[in-house]
Amino acid sequence: MAILVIAEHDGGVLKAATRNTVTAAAKVGGPIRILVAGSDCGPAAGAASKISGVSKVMVADDPRYGDQTAENVAALVAARFRDFSHILVPAGTFGKNLTPRVAALLDVAPVSDVIRVEGPDTFVRPVYAGNAWVTVRSSDPVKVVTVRAAAFDPAGDADVPAPVEAVAAAGDLGLSRRIRRELSLSARPELTEAEVVVSGGRALGSREDFFRLLEPLADRLGAAIGASRAAVDAGYVSNDYQVGQTGKIVAPRLYIAVGISGAIQHLAGMKDAKVIVAVNKDPDAPIFQVSDYFMVGDLFRILPELIDALEND
Amino acid sequence: MKKDCICAFSAAFPDPRRNAFKVLVPVKRVLDYSLRPVIKADGSGMDLAGLKMSMNPFDEIALEEAIRMKESGKAGDIVAVSCGGNPCRETLRMALALGADRAVLIETDLDVQPLGVAKLLAALAVKESPGLVICGKQAIDDDAGQVGPLLAGLLGWPQATFASKVIIKDGRAEVTREIDGGLETLEVRLPAVITTDLRLNEPRYAALPNILKAKQKPLDVFHPEGLGVDVTPRITVLKTIEPPSRRACIRVADAAELVRRLREDARVI
Repeated sequence: MAILVIAEHDGGVLKAATRNTVTAAAKVGGPIRILVAGSDCGPAAGAASKISGVSKVMVADDPRYGDQTAENVAALVAARFRDFSHILVPAGTFGKNLTPRVAALLDVAPVSDVIRVEGPDTFVRPVYAGNAWVTVRSSDPVKVVTVRAAAFDPAGDADVPAPVEAVAAAGDLGLSRRIRRELSLSARPELTEAEVVVSGGRALGSREDFFRLLEPLADRLGAAIGASRAAVDAGYVSNDYQVGQTGKIVAPRLYIAVGISGAIQHLAGMKDAKVIVAVNKDPDAPIFQVSDYFMVGDLFRILPELIDALEND
Repeated sequence: MKKDCICAFSAAFPDPRRNAFKVLVPVKRVLDYSLRPVIKADGSGMDLAGLKMSMNPFDEIALEEAIRMKESGKAGDIVAVSCGGNPCRETLRMALALGADRAVLIETDLDVQPLGVAKLLAALAVKESPGLVICGKQAIDDDAGQVGPLLAGLLGWPQATFASKVIIKDGRAEVTREIDGGLETLEVRLPAVITTDLRLNEPRYAALPNILKAKQKPLDVFHPEGLGVDVTPRITVLKTIEPPSRRACIRVADAAELVRRLREDARVI
């Protein structure tokens, strides 16, 4: 039986995590189809058809999916996509909201945040903020899974685009609707997709210093900017900057933690980065134990020096 | 005929408490957030023996939100519910001390997984007819984050997950959600399921007199069989391991050395 990957997109743009989810699907084994549910989502469907390993893209393009509410999209999946062995969804807030509801309608136990595929019914996932990994086996006929994008490489481009097929809409339940959306606008790469992430903690002291010190470093490295929960709670940055157990999970090539002590909840969000650099004035900061390189000292002195050193390099 | 008259009467003079719906707050007993979990040497699971257990912090936020709704006259009675063994009574007593009016323990010694919990809660919701179920967006032990949307799906109710602001009005909830790109505000019809994110509120502490009074509040006990729910696990945990980690932890003297190492040794810049 085939594997269904539910695309994460905003109509015009397909989210990169969809590609990583296709890689996870390929590890399961079997033909891979992508569902794109939305309104005016032709561009996203077109992008999905160009992902290597995808045999077909199915598009439910209807105003009732414009808000991508879990209620309507789950009803669509339950009505039209029951005959799949697996349903995989990227484990961002879109997938975390939608996927358990799909599982409820199919009466199966979902598996969250999969980081390894060991077999068609066996997966590895982190628990306790990443302090332990469990290997789990699902006995349900359909495996309904969210995939942690950072744990899988993105699938490449196909030589020949996959066919795109329209799917009739189902179930406009009218249970919920979106009133507004306030998205953070940034010229920087998205946090979960960036090759380099520079994150700041409470030690930066204020919103002004947070950006004054981190932006030049991020500019120099082409990095996204992240933050610890403490920095978000202190009001330096908005919630969508948060890296950690309850925020975003990142696994960039290089992660630089500035003034972050390293609570286990933060480590859960970044410890799979390839190289980790930590700067902190406390020589006993727990973040140092998960770092490749660390510097002990005053970040207000070190950061300008680091930017200088990068410029003179 | 008489019955019709009563209906017409109540429509003309609505009960002032009609909008003050009941709120169901599921609370989970988990390893205290400040403790580091220990994996059993044989890889068969976590070793929690003798460790401090507490209410899941996200559920504390959910309970706090329910209490504030009650204090502002939006909500009526608050029913806290927990699924698990006898020690969950302690978690429920804490919920009663914080402000829940009643508690329900759905008692089982099985390791009930999120789908089983959601089915138990759905059965209880049918009995209790709450206007709102509000719970944490995830538990900090299994980090599954499934119960809220599973429950909403089973009941066919709307859902609003990762709430950072909730406004109740006219039988609807306006919920601001923390999503990957920023914030989104949904309007959902009640009854609904809401799951709470970190920044919805700051939970209060239980006052000592309330902890004493909580012992007098009702705590009912049900069992999965009594609710007609099969909680047989669908997922088998094969093993539990320490995540692989190998970091060099090299202390560098200055910025120049760091840049050199990142370029020449790690080759990431």
